[in-house]
Amino acid sequence: MTSATSTSTRHTLGAPHNPGERTETYALGLPARPALLSPRAWLALIVLILVIGVGVPLCALVLPQSSALHLSAYAMTLGGKLMCYAIAALALDLVWGYCGILSLGHGLFFALGGYAIGMYLMREIGHDGKYGSDLPDFMVFLDWHALPWYWQGTEHLWYALSLVVLVPAVVAWIFGFFTFRSRVKGVYLSIITQAMTFAAMLLFYRNETGFGGNNGFTDFKRIAGMPITHPGTRTVLFLLTFAVLVLAFLAARAIVTSKLGRVVTAVRDGETRLMFLGYSPLGYKLFVWTISAILCGIAGALYVPQVGIINPSEMSPGNSIEMAIWVAVGGRGTLIGPIIGAFAVNGAKSFFTAHFAEYWLFFLGLMFVLVPLLLPNGIMGLFELLKNRLTTRNPRP
Amino acid sequence: MVLSLKRFAHAGARRALGACTLSLALFAVLCPAAHALEPADVAPLAGDDFDAKSAAIDKLIATHDAASLALLKALAEDNVTATDSGEVLVQDADGQSAHDAATGKAVAANVATSAQPITLNNLQRSKVAGAVSGLQLDSPDLATRRAAIAALLKNPDPAMKPMIDAARAKETDPALKRRLDTLWAMTALHDPNAATRLEAAKLVAARHDLDMYELLRPLVAKNASGAWNEPDADVRAAAQQGIAALDAIQRRSEIAGTLFAGLSLGSVLLLAALGLAITYGLIGVINMAHGEFLMIGAYATYVVQTLVQRYAPGAFDWYPLFAIPASFVAAALVGAVIERLVIRHLYGRPLETLLTTFGISLILIQATRMIFGAQNVEVENPSWMSGGVTVMQNLILPYNRLAILAFSLIVVGIAWAVLTKTRLGLFVRAVTQNRRMAACVGVRTARVDAWAFAFGAGVAGLGGCALSQIGNVGPDLGQSYIIDSFMAVVLGGVGQIAGTVIGGFGLGLVSKAIEPFWGAVLAKIAVLVLIVLFIQKRPQGLFALKGRSAEA
Repeated sequence: MTSATSTSTRHTLGAPHNPGERTETYALGLPARPALLSPRAWLALIVLILVIGVGVPLCALVLPQSSALHLSAYAMTLGGKLMCYAIAALALDLVWGYCGILSLGHGLFFALGGYAIGMYLMREIGHDGKYGSDLPDFMVFLDWHALPWYWQGTEHLWYALSLVVLVPAVVAWIFGFFTFRSRVKGVYLSIITQAMTFAAMLLFYRNETGFGGNNGFTDFKRIAGMPITHPGTRTVLFLLTFAVLVLAFLAARAIVTSKLGRVVTAVRDGETRLMFLGYSPLGYKLFVWTISAILCGIAGALYVPQVGIINPSEMSPGNSIEMAIWVAVGGRGTLIGPIIGAFAVNGAKSFFTAHFAEYWLFFLGLMFVLVPLLLPNGIMGLFELLKNRLTTRNPRP
Repeated sequence: MVLSLKRFAHAGARRALGACTLSLALFAVLCPAAHALEPADVAPLAGDDFDAKSAAIDKLIATHDAASLALLKALAEDNVTATDSGEVLVQDADGQSAHDAATGKAVAANVATSAQPITLNNLQRSKVAGAVSGLQLDSPDLATRRAAIAALLKNPDPAMKPMIDAARAKETDPALKRRLDTLWAMTALHDPNAATRLEAAKLVAARHDLDMYELLRPLVAKNASGAWNEPDADVRAAAQQGIAALDAIQRRSEIAGTLFAGLSLGSVLLLAALGLAITYGLIGVINMAHGEFLMIGAYATYVVQTLVQRYAPGAFDWYPLFAIPASFVAAALVGAVIERLVIRHLYGRPLETLLTTFGISLILIQATRMIFGAQNVEVENPSWMSGGVTVMQNLILPYNRLAILAFSLIVVGIAWAVLTKTRLGLFVRAVTQNRRMAACVGVRTARVDAWAFAFGAGVAGLGGCALSQIGNVGPDLGQSYIIDSFMAVVLGGVGQIAGTVIGGFGLGLVSKAIEPFWGAVLAKIAVLVLIVLFIQKRPQGLFALKGRSAEA
């Protein structure tokens, strides 16, 4: 709907090189359903999994601290954080790149997942808090004497994990149902999503809401009985995040290559036309939207134990818009793109804030301005351009 | 005043009653014989015993003649001194000589200068001040009497009741007589006679002054042992009626206050949203940097204010005259540059424009931080904008808010005139309706876009100039208004100035109406939820564009 990007080439990304191998087609001569990944991509993925799966524990736990290859706690946290951002970017790309819904409120789902696991982590502190009470410290501070009802059961990890999935899903479904049903779309929808996360931020800033107000949750001690700052725990969390990233990528790939994924793409490219063809876009949009919110919530849940803090500023509209720039820089409408984008932008952020803190906002702002102007398809678009130049002697004008 | 009333009503009630009867008795005994002061009456003033001092002051008040009035006046003006031997002196106006308080004889200069001022506690001070006013109730001069009554109304002391009784009987001026009635009622609420108390309670209730709450509430309350403070049921009923009347007054002024607060917030939102309605509604560009045009306008005002303060301090009151055009021009220039460099290349790609303009807003905020510092800067109101007009008790409309309300309406008028009465406005509307057709008949659409964008930015600059008069001016100024102004535009329907006006004021009024019940944060959330629900019913806002342009 917004920009009819050259999607036809994208959809064959990773398709079998020899079409003769697969004969099943959709009706009306649509191209064959592409494989989940091409053999080369599978190989690359397996190599990557092996490298990370063996290399990270080795470098973090076995090698001595003096070794040049030793992974410091800082590097582990940074890496884990970047992967969480990558999952969130992937989630946003599902709705923006494939369904044309630019959400400026995905920070809310990210934070909801984080708060859900944060509740569990707060309960895991037990009596080791400053006040040594059954209740989390901030509740003692507010002179509360019992847990609010929505905190019940959060001492169980399984329950907190189900909240991580359910809360963003329910919020997204309700919000999506009302907005998509009344066919709010385009810029309107973006603004409404921004208002949604803004409202939630205001709500979470209140002490009475029961989520620690300004300070949010921090000072975690344990997760599943293990000390949270222990290198072993950190390595497990890192590997878990990596596994989720890989699974999320495969799941997203499965969705976008399915028939459902085709309809979703059609919603992006011509919603009105799709409706004339007899489809109701509501269900498709709701499905992708909710899945995306769940993925974002999981990313948030992985993020919080690694960085050790969650507060309402994660819901600020600025954070959500930043997610959009990760996707835009990487290249929306591809699945690798947002992952690369999240790593590139946040890597640059870590570098800038460490060395030229004053200029980071200039740089970020410039990226927002220049990427849509000069690189509408992001880094992936740049790759494709280079590939085309290399394969065809005469690049298309 | 409230404090003194409270003391009078609660803690001091019993003591006041005692003092009242005491002075009444003394009054009866001493009043008829107007004589010079006895040294024995005056001597306790020089001592250290505060109870004795209070008794002496009460006696002076009750004596009620020229000599005691003079001494009380001197006490009120801190002109009374005491020698080591216990003589009480009154300093003369020259500060060098003095005379004996009782006998009036002048004393030697060395005695006068060595005497120490006598000290009074706060209770005694207010008693003396009240007494001076009370004694002036007798004055043949109308103006003096009026001033005395006004002073006593501010601090009614039951000890003054005898004098007020006397004055009431003598007063001839009808206006002053009415005020005296009120004054009498305020001092008579604890009179031993129930009929007097009833009359007093009725008079107090009829005053319709919110400060009378303090006098009436204790009458209908129970004391610690569960008995009524006021034994007589009729008096309680009268007091209750008075309180009900005051409640009604308070409710009315609260409603009026909420209404005004809503209109004021609405005018601010309107100024913030108007420029957005022009750029978004009319040329289809969503501008996340819009808030920063507000900020530029506010900082332009700050710069003008600083310059005027430095180079022409005499003209400070008129600096808005320079600041208004400066803020318009500054924001419009920045808007024109941004349109030229960036937005022009993104027409027809609204989501990209959204991200790009967000990036621009980051750059503008950071640039402002580096130029002016991250702290808020101080923009002073011109003197004619400080203060306010009192329309009701406890409802003051600040001049700066009134000025902004008027200013926002003027700006809306100008924007409306530009869009409907000028050639540029005609072109803008033509391009809005059908860009290609307009281009076909010779409208230079690119140039129209640029002008419209710059105009929208300039209007936002005007909004910033107004905001600088009521709020903080800092790099984040725009961020706090951007979402609200989007909501105003969405609510009103895009592309409609009338819609934005209604949207802005509606949003302001609804927010302020909810705020007293739920607090500011929940009110904001409720408003956002209401808007989401509202666009379920009317996705195009209150004022939908009709015809083909609606879906564009």
